[in-house]
Amino acid sequence: MAFVNQALWFASRSSGQVSLLLLTLVAVLGALHTGRAATRRWPRFAVHTLHHNLAVLAVAFVAVHVAAAIIDPYAGIRWADAVVPFASTYQPFWTGLGAAAADLLLALVVSSMMRLRLPWRLWRALHFAAYVLWPVALVHGLGIGGADASLGWVRTIDAGCALAVAAAVVVRMRARHQDTEARRVEVGLR
Amino acid sequence: MTRSVTLVVDPTACRAHGLCAEMLPDVIRLDEWGYPILGPEPVAAGRERDVRAAVRACPTLALRLRRTDPSC
Amino acid sequence: MTTTAPDLRRDGVCAPRLLAGWFATGAPADRAAHAARYGPLPVADLRHRAGRAELTETVARAGLRGRGGGGFPTARKLIAVAAARGRPVVVANGCEGDPAGLKDRVLLEIAPHLVIDGIVLAAAAVRARDAVLCLGEGGLQVARIAGALAERSGTDPIDVRVTEVPHRYVASEESALARFLTRGDARPTMTPPRPAQRGVHGRPTLVDNVETLAHLALIARYGAEWYRGCGTAAAPGTTLVTIRGAVWKPGVYEVEYGMSLESVLDEAGGPAAPAGAVLVGGLGGAWLAPPFADVAFTPEDLRAAGAVGGGVAALAVLPRRACGVAETARVVRYLAAESARQCGPCMFGLPALADDMTDLAVGRGGPATLARLRQRLDVVPGRGACAHPDGAVAIVSSALRVFADDVERHVAGAPCSSAGLRPWLPVPGVGG
Repeated sequence: MAFVNQALWFASRSSGQVSLLLLTLVAVLGALHTGRAATRRWPRFAVHTLHHNLAVLAVAFVAVHVAAAIIDPYAGIRWADAVVPFASTYQPFWTGLGAAAADLLLALVVSSMMRLRLPWRLWRALHFAAYVLWPVALVHGLGIGGADASLGWVRTIDAGCALAVAAAVVVRMRARHQDTEARRVEVGLR
Repeated sequence: MTRSVTLVVDPTACRAHGLCAEMLPDVIRLDEWGYPILGPEPVAAGRERDVRAAVRACPTLALRLRRTDPSC
Repeated sequence: MTTTAPDLRRDGVCAPRLLAGWFATGAPADRAAHAARYGPLPVADLRHRAGRAELTETVARAGLRGRGGGGFPTARKLIAVAAARGRPVVVANGCEGDPAGLKDRVLLEIAPHLVIDGIVLAAAAVRARDAVLCLGEGGLQVARIAGALAERSGTDPIDVRVTEVPHRYVASEESALARFLTRGDARPTMTPPRPAQRGVHGRPTLVDNVETLAHLALIARYGAEWYRGCGTAAAPGTTLVTIRGAVWKPGVYEVEYGMSLESVLDEAGGPAAPAGAVLVGGLGGAWLAPPFADVAFTPEDLRAAGAVGGGVAALAVLPRRACGVAETARVVRYLAAESARQCGPCMFGLPALADDMTDLAVGRGGPATLARLRQRLDVVPGRGACAHPDGAVAIVSSALRVFADDVERHVAGAPCSSAGLRPWLPVPGVGG
């Protein structure tokens, strides 16, 4: 039994790290796609498809991460603690951040599944939750990681993720397109 | 008599992202400013799957399918 | 119900109808003068379904069509709004967004009670309890209408509210008005659904031009046969028309459909110089080349002659010595600036057309410019939420056809023979 418990512990930790990596990739692709980034080999619909598919993969890894954390009896985390923030008895703050991230992810998933039935602008406003989800997930990992989070290679990965998202956001903010500029002109009709 | 669908674009929603033309190059071409030019013909048989994928991919949901009356 | 109808003809020509009071007294009609001339408002029967059906039926038999440029059969709109779900609302369009037109403002100035009668009757016909009269912001008519409504205060079954609308070209489009009244945003919307189905606050909305409503007020009194006593079978009745440009007496006139275009221009004294072309339908209309004697002044005939653009309510005569290319370039530049900036092909297409026409006008554009322009004329129309870009395309296409000789000279790089002449068309900011 101890072997299984230890395996669950490692599964929870490692899937958490991989989740962060995947969520980073998804966020980077999402930001670049909004900034209309594309290359000859990676046209717009490829960026869109990759963003979407990696997001599905990220959700799968988050599910494994959450399940492993709950099934593992060591921390005593209950199913409810995964979605109700700060209710856990084990490291309530850091686990709570994880629950908050899970809630945000749930909102993103549900709204994206309903995307064709929602007004575009509403879906877009909801999707901005991704920019809250990602830092919460990062901080959750840094906090709940404890000793593991101070390992050299873990720090490198986490720093790399932060840099990647920051860079992608900068690229996104600097992107310009004539359609956006033209629509900003005041037309005196409102 | 099969019900047919036609591709239409809501011009107020279109932001010239151009994914539709990338995914359906034989059906949609872009004008010199990046906006899609669509023909009035209904979607050809066999293309519905590709067309629906393009509709889902449009970042602003400007590309839509409209039911057209079957021509008799 | 019909009261005694006025004579149809006087000295062989169709007698004025909307402008009758003006010609008789030379003064705008107040309530008393209006009542003396036209009798009471026949609105009592409209409380019952039979009465409403009869009025709609009469309007249908009369063949009244919209005078705002669309030419849609008025009775069909009444039926559509009455049948749609929700509490209807009537919107009278007196905004006249096209600067080439003056007739709506003139009508509101000299016969406001005819317009208000029409609004009240239309509202009764569709069982609307709300009616709005839209006027261009800051216009003189706002005070005139306020005075006319005050004169009638409490005597009409419904209250007519006045709303001022930004004085922009696209703001007076039907769906733009509906959106403005809903949210203060005067930009056209994607149709369907049309305002008749879902307009102001999602309610069925009857949007009619003020002149259309004035005709309706007369049809309700004198009947369909009287209305059809002038005009042609396909285009019955009279219409107001704004005539400007190189004519001796620019102004607003009431003419009978079916007259030759030449005789319509003669109402305004005829061309003051040999005419090169006439712009039919306002700044979003199209050019027609002479001779004008062979073209009948009806929507169908004008369209067949090439005036595919807007309605028939405004005519501007360009003298032969003026440059149609330069005038058209100015108009398209204005239309580009008036884009609501909602749709790419309009936002970018119209300035591109303006650039090409300007290049041609100043002698900077060669055959490549002309070829690119023609290609753009194929690509721009029909791809916007409203017909604004189609109007720009119409005036440019017709210019290339009607002023073909001038275009050829410009393409060859010859300087414009009329450089330095003042502009003829009433484009805001440019003169005329």
